[in-house]
Amino acid sequence: MSSFEVIAAGVLSLLQDNGRFGQSVLGLTTGGAMDAPSARWANRLLGNDNNATLIECSVGGLQLRANSYSYIAVTGAELPLSINGKAAELWAVQKVQPGDVIELGMVSQGLRAYLAVAGGFAVTPQFGSVSTVLREGIGGLNGNKLQTGDLLAVQEVKQLPRLSLPPAYRPQFNRILTLRLVEGYQAESFSVTERQRFYLNSYKVTPQADRMGYKLAGTAIQSKQSQLLSEGICYGAVQIPPDGQPIVLLNDRQTLGGYPKIGSVLSLDCALLAQAVAGTELYFTAISPEQAHNALCLAKVRTDAITSQLVSL
Amino acid sequence: MSKPQYQLTVAGENALMLYFDQRIDPGISALVHQACALIRAELAAELIDVLPSYASVLVMFNPLRTDHFRVQAQLQHCLAQLQNNDSQSGKQVELPVYYSEESGPDLALIAQTKNISIDEVIQRHQAISYRVYAIGFAPGFAYLGEVDPLLQMPRLATPRAKVPRGAVAIADRQTAVYPAQSPGGWNLIGLCPTRMFNPQQTPAMPVSVGDEVRFVAVDKAEFLRLGGELQGAEL
Repeated sequence: MSSFEVIAAGVLSLLQDNGRFGQSVLGLTTGGAMDAPSARWANRLLGNDNNATLIECSVGGLQLRANSYSYIAVTGAELPLSINGKAAELWAVQKVQPGDVIELGMVSQGLRAYLAVAGGFAVTPQFGSVSTVLREGIGGLNGNKLQTGDLLAVQEVKQLPRLSLPPAYRPQFNRILTLRLVEGYQAESFSVTERQRFYLNSYKVTPQADRMGYKLAGTAIQSKQSQLLSEGICYGAVQIPPDGQPIVLLNDRQTLGGYPKIGSVLSLDCALLAQAVAGTELYFTAISPEQAHNALCLAKVRTDAITSQLVSL
Repeated sequence: MSKPQYQLTVAGENALMLYFDQRIDPGISALVHQACALIRAELAAELIDVLPSYASVLVMFNPLRTDHFRVQAQLQHCLAQLQNNDSQSGKQVELPVYYSEESGPDLALIAQTKNISIDEVIQRHQAISYRVYAIGFAPGFAYLGEVDPLLQMPRLATPRAKVPRGAVAIADRQTAVYPAQSPGGWNLIGLCPTRMFNPQQTPAMPVSVGDEVRFVAVDKAEFLRLGGELQGAEL
């Protein structure tokens, strides 16, 4: 069997795809690549299916041995990538041969890197997805993070165009972020003054930030409503617990919750937040559902246009 | 009979919330159940997920195939069929429970707080048929209500680090069976041998939102025969 073997799993390496949808009635969260646009670029460069299984390597330190002829692409956070000790470019298709050792160093910009392989890693999905959710013990290999010795089945691929994404199109991490927010849910329960404070002041990412959500610290804001009946939480929802400090709920969020929410962050910006380290400064800005829809459609058109112009090295 | 009242609110870039009257009530829960079926039929291909809870439904759609305007119009169209009638929309499910001080370490506390016998706590918990109002918190965690007011207990001040799989528990006027070992702050009164969430089985859960659940006491021998486990359930 053609495979890649995990020599070192690094800080936290998880098999992911776009996520697990339509299973929330069982209490299952979506999971999926935290920085979906970067993950999709890795698959796109390799000509993979958009939902192909890849590895999300948080913080870095992953080492794999290829036991097959194949191609890989690493995108997302900036980190040193080497193949047999020789530096290799990120955001580009790289050829590997049996015995090659692929090594991801530690991140210098951003937090999560994505390693995709030609054809995707062949892993049996659970509830329609390979996405690993550690809290649930679902997805991946037996619900676990990657461990030394894990074998990941791949297809043998001997020919593939060596595409790369020009640097101008790669996302920039570790800047001050502006998160576009669609007001919704209990937004009306925050007075105009509270909402002004929320948009005018900056927040910082705290160390309590993981795949479930990012807790922020800054100006506390208060809802007139303290508790409500538990209700469905969508991706990017910004929950305001009684301490007034926002939590942006991300891929591994609990499906139901009873704290007031002011709205939800645009998915494109959630992806940038997912790359932000503790201490990153950010602002919220309100956009309408129409503006959000526009932004999503533009991003799609732009990505497709860039893809059609990519040239082989 | 008057038409059911509801409210539609934006939730996010590709999500809308449908709210009914915000209270825990079998009639409201029945509306939630009806609404989910209507929405699934009406939106089908554009839907990403539909998530019911006590008195609301989160509707998530594919933003590259449709938009808020269109989905709102479709929701208004299909929700016109909602009816204020039955509160009995799901299936009936019986769950066996081994109630004892061995398997339910908070039985004595509840009995003492409420000034009734442990047997009465056990009787009262079985006397009511509960509705599955919501599933969440963890895979397979079904919120059942409402518990006899006499058994109403606040959550523990300090949650347990480890509640065993199958623990039958009470918090406020809700009861539940823990689907897997996890931390938890509910009051434990027994153990249920039925797996509430089994990824290897189809369906993965014995209950879904809108179903009616009855608890039936079994003795220790029957509990073990049904596959229940006491060891590992360090209580």
